Amino acid sequence: MITSSITQIVMIGTALLGATAGVIGSFAVLRRRALVGDMLSHAALPGICLAFLVTGSRDLLGLSLGALATGLIGVGLVTLICRWTRTKEDAAIGIVLSTFFGAGVVLLSIAQRSTTGNQAGLDKYLFGETAGMRSGDVRLLAYTALATLLVVILLYKEFKLLSFDPEFAAAQGWPTLALDLLMMATLAVVTIVGLPICGVILMAALIILPGAAARFWSERLGPLLVIAAVAGAGAGVLGTLVASPLPEQWLGFEALGARGLPPGPLIVLAATAFFLLSLFFAPRRGLLARSWAELRLRMRIAREHLLRAMYEISEDRLPDRPFVEESQLVAHRSWSKWVVDWWLRRAEGGGLVERRQTAIRLTPRGLAAAAEITKTHRLWELFLVESAGVARDHVDRDADAVEHVLPRPLVEDLERRLTEAGRMPVVPERVPESPHEVAG
Amino acid sequence: MVSTADTVSSHTATALEIHDMTVAYHRKPVLWDIDLVVPEGQLVGIIGPNGAGKTTLIKAVLGLLPLASGKVEIYGQPYYQQRKLIGYVPQRESVDWDFPVTVEDVVLMGTYGRLGWCRRPGHDERELARRCLEQVGMSELGRRQIRQLSGGQQQRVFLARALAQNAKVYFMDEPFAGVDAATESAIVDLMQTLRSDGKTVFVVHHDLQSVREYFDYVILLNMRLVACGPTDTTFTTANLHKTYGGRLTLLDEAAEAVRQREPFR
Repeated sequence: MITSSITQIVMIGTALLGATAGVIGSFAVLRRRALVGDMLSHAALPGICLAFLVTGSRDLLGLSLGALATGLIGVGLVTLICRWTRTKEDAAIGIVLSTFFGAGVVLLSIAQRSTTGNQAGLDKYLFGETAGMRSGDVRLLAYTALATLLVVILLYKEFKLLSFDPEFAAAQGWPTLALDLLMMATLAVVTIVGLPICGVILMAALIILPGAAARFWSERLGPLLVIAAVAGAGAGVLGTLVASPLPEQWLGFEALGARGLPPGPLIVLAATAFFLLSLFFAPRRGLLARSWAELRLRMRIAREHLLRAMYEISEDRLPDRPFVEESQLVAHRSWSKWVVDWWLRRAEGGGLVERRQTAIRLTPRGLAAAAEITKTHRLWELFLVESAGVARDHVDRDADAVEHVLPRPLVEDLERRLTEAGRMPVVPERVPESPHEVAG
Repeated sequence: MVSTADTVSSHTATALEIHDMTVAYHRKPVLWDIDLVVPEGQLVGIIGPNGAGKTTLIKAVLGLLPLASGKVEIYGQPYYQQRKLIGYVPQRESVDWDFPVTVEDVVLMGTYGRLGWCRRPGHDERELARRCLEQVGMSELGRRQIRQLSGGQQQRVFLARALAQNAKVYFMDEPFAGVDAATESAIVDLMQTLRSDGKTVFVVHHDLQSVREYFDYVILLNMRLVACGPTDTTFTTANLHKTYGGRLTLLDEAAEAVRQREPFR
């Protein structure tokens, strides 16, 4: 056993919380309702304090019910403000969130001034605290996790439809309002249950981060929810590990937690770390993958521009492959010299051009490639100028060849017209190795 | 007694009947006193200028907006009893195309209404979704994430989803908006196939040029019903002038006056 049993209990608890928050939070993120979680947790604070002032007990269930009550009142108020005034949702959330939180802080200091309040430790709801977590609290978390999972699994199809296209759902006869309320209520319960661990200020992060991170890794809802759950659980475990006093023989030095780091912020930071990891390194959606794709696109465009410029310069002298001064190429498209240099080095490496001092010419292979690229370009040009209005949407200019994108008859028509105009690039039957052979 | 009712409306059944319907957004009426009857098996164009209430008409019929007054019947029954007969193609802009679902997922949503609570789409539904995608010419794109589609392809996914609803009456909100020529002709072909199967298709449409070519029946709308009937007799210059001429009508002013009276705005 590498950790104390207390830490194990806490870890199970935070893992369960992270997983459930990740799953239900994903729906909130996908529906652009991420701030609702934030509002729920802030609006819960006055409820917690009121529940304590009324009952005089710090029983977790009682406090949670109080939190749930004011949290839901907050959500209701936002809905009412949006519906009956011209205030926009973000402003309404801001107003309700800060008002409720302000009231909560006032009530908190009143509660702590009362005789029993000092021992109540209500202030742990601000930043979260796991030290006092007992197996009973973990059981509450486990029930919540189970209930949330059950709701999401049973109503997976309904939640998916509601999140993607609520109007279509309503037209099909689903009670969208009830489903929406159920989803929000589940979110509220998970948020409230997590308050003693993460605190009202940070709980929203645990709702938002796993789903936002998971979106980078999956294009389908099912896998996304699983990833969000794993990420949330991982953040819970990691945050707790860093925060808790670990046995020295395991780490080899005194653990940070011995100095009493709060677990809530650490859990949130762990979730943030996972989000940043996803942001940069996720395949396809990550920043690195996207920059790489962008770079490759630019390199391809550069290569095609160069080859086309070479072809256009030598077009009149075919089938010769005349040498072209690099300066001529630079002037042809007003490129900077070092860009042309760089492109040429790449093209030379690829066997498309050959060099003689400062002059370059296409190799036979380069000529064929250049003619093909020029043809594609001119077909597109003709098409865009003359028929774009007919089929604007069909033009995928990223495509390599017109033939793969436009219908065959249209391409044939374009080719015929290009030939009639004498602009059809053709690769000569026999490309002489050197201009001198033809001349001689 | 059934036969008398049937013979009154000749041999074809009535697909949609609207009585005295008024619809209001935030207490501002946008459709006034609509009365119309459309027989089944027609391609129906809903025509009118911007802000005429074309989308509102569809949404009100589908129960997505509350009626201020009046009633709507599909095949003689209130809408909420006939949901399984209805297919809906909303405007393409109405959803987030970055949502993490594939083309097949979206088409399968058309079967959700029949499946009912908690049941997942199974083999039969997938097979149906595949056929619907084939019908709109997108059978190879089932596994794609919907963001990777062109505008025309996205529109066709919505059409395939409506087909998967296996309906008798279809409502399409601007299916031709911003699509390419290939998609437009695919949609027209599809509409004609649906008609020959005895379905009724309502289409919100903007392009007056193609109305005669596409539709058997037109509903001309400008906050009130201007005309409703077969295209040949209804889509006339006089009616068009009534629909499009003079935007600031008396009704506009009346609506504005009602809105102004609301105290909290």
